[in-house]
Amino acid sequence: MPKKTYRQAINEALRQEMERDHRVILMGEDISGGMGAPGEQDAWGGPLGVTKGIMPVFTRDRVLDTPITESAFIGAAAGAAATGLRPVAELMFVDFMGVCFDQIFNQAAKFKYMFGGKAVTPLTIRTMYGAGFRAASQHSQCLYPLFTHIPGLKVALPSNAYEAKGLLATAIRDDDPVMFFEHKAMYDDEAEVPDEAYTIPFGEANVTREGDDVTIIAFGRMVNFANEAADNLEKSGISCTVVDPRTTSPLDRDTILETCEETGRVVVVDEAHPRCNMATDIAAMCAQEIFGALKAPVKMVTGYHCPVPFSPALEDLYVPNAAKIEAAVREVAGKGH
Amino acid sequence: MSDAIQMIVMPKWGLAMQEGMVAQWHVAEGAKITKGQEIVDIETSKIANVFESPISGTLRRLVVKDGETVPVAYLIGVVAEESVTDAEIDAFVEDFKANFVFDAAGAGGPEPEDATTAAGRIRYLEMGDGEGAPIVFIHGYGGDLNNWMFNQEELSAGHKTYAVDLPGHGGSTKDVGDMGLRGLAAAVVAFMDTKDIAKAHLVGHSMGGATALLLALEQPDRVASATLVAPAALGDEINMDYINGFIEEKRAKKLRPVLEMLVGDPSLISKDMVEDVLKFKRLDGVDAALKKLRDALMPGGKQAGSLRDGLAGLKVPVQILWGEVDQVLPVGHSEGLPASIKVTRFAGVGHMPHMEKAAETNELIRALAG
Repeated sequence: MPKKTYRQAINEALRQEMERDHRVILMGEDISGGMGAPGEQDAWGGPLGVTKGIMPVFTRDRVLDTPITESAFIGAAAGAAATGLRPVAELMFVDFMGVCFDQIFNQAAKFKYMFGGKAVTPLTIRTMYGAGFRAASQHSQCLYPLFTHIPGLKVALPSNAYEAKGLLATAIRDDDPVMFFEHKAMYDDEAEVPDEAYTIPFGEANVTREGDDVTIIAFGRMVNFANEAADNLEKSGISCTVVDPRTTSPLDRDTILETCEETGRVVVVDEAHPRCNMATDIAAMCAQEIFGALKAPVKMVTGYHCPVPFSPALEDLYVPNAAKIEAAVREVAGKGH
Repeated sequence: MSDAIQMIVMPKWGLAMQEGMVAQWHVAEGAKITKGQEIVDIETSKIANVFESPISGTLRRLVVKDGETVPVAYLIGVVAEESVTDAEIDAFVEDFKANFVFDAAGAGGPEPEDATTAAGRIRYLEMGDGEGAPIVFIHGYGGDLNNWMFNQEELSAGHKTYAVDLPGHGGSTKDVGDMGLRGLAAAVVAFMDTKDIAKAHLVGHSMGGATALLLALEQPDRVASATLVAPAALGDEINMDYINGFIEEKRAKKLRPVLEMLVGDPSLISKDMVEDVLKFKRLDGVDAALKKLRDALMPGGKQAGSLRDGLAGLKVPVQILWGEVDQVLPVGHSEGLPASIKVTRFAGVGHMPHMEKAAETNELIRALAG
């Protein structure tokens, strides 16, 4: 199977969905570059080149560069979705949600509920998240817990290129608004990705490692660190199950609880700030549903309750990594370093 | 380098295999081994299987120990005559290690290609070279060309070989229309036409076995011989729990017990194999294709259109291989056939003799195909 980067996988999913359904359109800031100006066209393809090459194939009718006004184009995308198109809007950095949040959480997320279930809003919002890019506090946040909190939104966190292509196709074909989170530090990461189109169902966790001692639930980019930690720990006799929930909304509670119950020792890895995030959500679920099966307190490996630091040294300390996950696993397993 | 020294190297099982682990040797240094003998368990991320010795002689040295992982084509054992001294073997091993270069591109081996045929896009893998009629491998329901990973390369010494993906499978078109067995057979012929193959030795498994048999019966001028591995269409029973489970189960945990029905020893089903099936099933069009083929070939949970009655009139050599503990198609379907058809049964083997008893299967294919 051919190897492709996270960037290529996303680009391929967009092209194949645009080919499959003429109602799929793209909009966002510089997603092609140069629209309405006399200079070079498609020079950008998005800030990190993810959508490059799509406009020349599908033309300006379907690939729209928008003004730097998230409130306007995210709102326009929600309206276009409600009136028959299937827009994929790019919110360049999720950190910019502040200026268009009403369009997402009060409008797009509510249409189905407020119009008697008769309105469909097949809107996909692609957005970049995560630290590790030396981009400081306004371009490094995770923020998916905020969207997970809101009924009516679906939230996908692809952990590699294979997952990205399949989950994005599912997002675009879904009739509800989907927030699609791309980790900006993963665009060059490769995985085996089929050329043909495929979909990965939402709300179905992927168990990437199966073990007996500790269950690690990890989200997005953190799944890779969790796998690395599990492989290292295996060598010292601690076997871990690793679960990638793939989507935080809907959430595959069954697989999460079942795998946590099997080992009774749980580590949750979430790059977001530590309060009211996915880690606290999973920990609460375990406390409520499988309290009797737990053999140790649930351990959380997360960012800190501070803005992502600009200092490279401090940013590196901020982000969870395999070593931190290993230490947490050893702690819940009752085995020191 | 003495001719008296022969190498046993890490085999290459399947396109993706780059390295393998020697899990456990079954033989000790100094043992006499014979070609086809099970000598070592080898594991990759995709598959674990027992490796059968490609040569006979005295196993003088285990170069790679249990638990060690080495690249494809790396020396794992040395077979040599008694007359060769230990010092000569040491020198041979040292020389190999000093000169071994892992060829990642070469280890990738031949890649599958797409053929544009009258039946749509057919993906195939071509290997080997030879004068006579080529061998064409046809997989079963839900399978693909990788199912022949233990057979195709082995039989490519002396034959041109092609393993195809049937419509609805692997990398071929997912449009199966209203295809039944006759449609699948037409697709194989369409592929042969595209590749200018006048006549082929067909090796078919299960649904692919039925496809090969239909061609042997109806187009004998295109078939040099047919080896049918646990073929369908010799009776009406079939385990629909397997077929429906294969279609319906979307999670690794639920799919695994279904796939375990395929083999005598469930540990042969690796995590990656389960993942690969899930990935195949997620491709656009696969779910619909699998259901259409099921409904055409097994309406009402029974196999349609048994070919048994036509067997007496076969004009080409046909042999049948079956596992005694096949849980998908009953081994009893290999009984009561005309004496002209050679039947080989394997004890303790399930629905996949070509994987579970690869060396014996290859030997039988070679015996028929020449």
